[in-house]
Amino acid sequence: MKYVVLAGAALATLAAALLVGPANLPLADLLGSPIVWQLRLPRAVLAFLVGGALGVAGTSLQALVRNPLADPFLLGLSGGAGLGAVAAIALHVPGPWALPLAAFVGAVGAMALVYRLGLVGGGELDPRILLLGGVAVGALAGAITTAIVSLAEATELRNAFLWLWGGFSGASWTTVFVILAYAPLPLGVLVAAARPLDLLALGEEPAQYLGADVRRLKQLVYLAASLLTAAAVAVAGVIGFVGLVVPHVCRLVWGRLHRTLLPTAFLTGGILLAAADTLARTVVAPRELPVGIVTALLGVPVFAFLLRRWTVS
Amino acid sequence: MDGELILALSGVTCRYPDAPRDSLVGVSLEVRAGEFHAVLGPNGSGKTTLVRAALGLVRRVAGRAEILGRPARDWSRRELARVVGVLPQREDNLFPQRVRETVLLGRYPHLSLLGGMGANDRAAVERALVACDAADLADRWLWSLSGGEYQRVRLARALAQEPRLLVLDEPTTSLDLRHEMELFELVRALVDAHGLAALMITHHVNLAARFADQVLILAEGRAVARGRPADVLTGETAAAVFQWPVVISAFEGRPQMIPLRKKENRP
Repeated sequence: MKYVVLAGAALATLAAALLVGPANLPLADLLGSPIVWQLRLPRAVLAFLVGGALGVAGTSLQALVRNPLADPFLLGLSGGAGLGAVAAIALHVPGPWALPLAAFVGAVGAMALVYRLGLVGGGELDPRILLLGGVAVGALAGAITTAIVSLAEATELRNAFLWLWGGFSGASWTTVFVILAYAPLPLGVLVAAARPLDLLALGEEPAQYLGADVRRLKQLVYLAASLLTAAAVAVAGVIGFVGLVVPHVCRLVWGRLHRTLLPTAFLTGGILLAAADTLARTVVAPRELPVGIVTALLGVPVFAFLLRRWTVS
Repeated sequence: MDGELILALSGVTCRYPDAPRDSLVGVSLEVRAGEFHAVLGPNGSGKTTLVRAALGLVRRVAGRAEILGRPARDWSRRELARVVGVLPQREDNLFPQRVRETVLLGRYPHLSLLGGMGANDRAAVERALVACDAADLADRWLWSLSGGEYQRVRLARALAQEPRLLVLDEPTTSLDLRHEMELFELVRALVDAHGLAALMITHHVNLAARFADQVLILAEGRAVARGRPADVLTGETAAAVFQWPVVISAFEGRPQMIPLRKKENRP
């Protein structure tokens, strides 16, 4: 039932994304228009996929670090991606894929560094150190980014900053297919970890007594969720609050078991981000807002409401 | 008439990384089906470490630990969870959940990766709830339970695993007298009625002596005594282990320990 509702909402959101836009297309021309097929549809699909990926990554990271306020970007990935993008621009790396690739490399580099830090306590990942390490690596990447910015030409870096705030204006079918080829593996790993993630909420030792191989679980979930986030940041920049708010909304509505939570978080994240992107490109048309601003404007009030509920119960 | 040997430890020695000394030194233990074992000893005497060593969660420096005749290290966590149900001392409740959901977690080691919850899984959950007198709590939120109810629900979750051995780590700490007695009675009844084996860590020497078939007394990681309560719970042993003068008297054929007041303060 919930999947029917969510699928319906997803289709409605995608249809709305196709219908509205700065170019006022008559309804009759809609299906034949290249604007719809080459611009609006791939853009809406990409926004949906990225939102879904962030929803799933946020859900599993919150379970992994056992902290309800965790966000996919809290673990240093946004800092790493930003450093990669700014470095690529400062070094004049050519080509249309330079920026996304550099951001991806930066995010994966940050992930590797945080992962290594998470192992300092011994052979096992320590979620508390993952959180602290993520903040530290993010700060380090931010410092280096600022150093590059202060030494380089200012104008070209404006692009890097705007790009980092997130947006789908560069979306194309190629990007959609890259994500479609890339995302199933980490998504599959996380869905397969759904039940052990339920157990992890009890604590590491109780989870082991109920049959979870906690050591392997932590590694797999951290890597899969980070790789999803890295891909999301590479194609769309840093889009906050989707990975933070969507898991909580889904938990409140559909309960806390990950077998339900992960698919619903994917659909809800997709719907939220596709809708936010439609708003981002229409409210100030013909200009565009970075979509990260829209999700933050929508997300902060929801988050404040959730915090209140949290402290009440 | 002895039940099947479920847990066998022999000469187990353990040390945590960076610890100055061994937490457990040469401890042996045999737990059979239909037996209720109690592990006694002061704080830091190695009681919890014993459980962790038995279930392969801490590295052993020496000795053997076998479950159903197979080395503890060779069991996957999933396989082990189908044979041993554990109530650890502490656990978290990160997200709100209901009692029945919590008990369902006990079925996880039995579920396949893609398969859902089947009729027999649901039946096992209901049986466990009934056995722990928790059936009418099933739809309550976990955070709304009293301490005694919460422990019964956690015991139901362990029973839903359909284990051969129940391990309980200080399950009655912070329970009042009635709930404490109910829990001991419940564990005893499960052992007698279902042929389960139980291993309970507890500070309640007198209840352990009343309910358990066998007691193991630990002090500073060593087994000071092991055997039937009447045989091992002597005044000298207890006074040495708990570092306090005590007298032992018998009640219903079981030894009961009464701590004495300091000599200078006695009336």
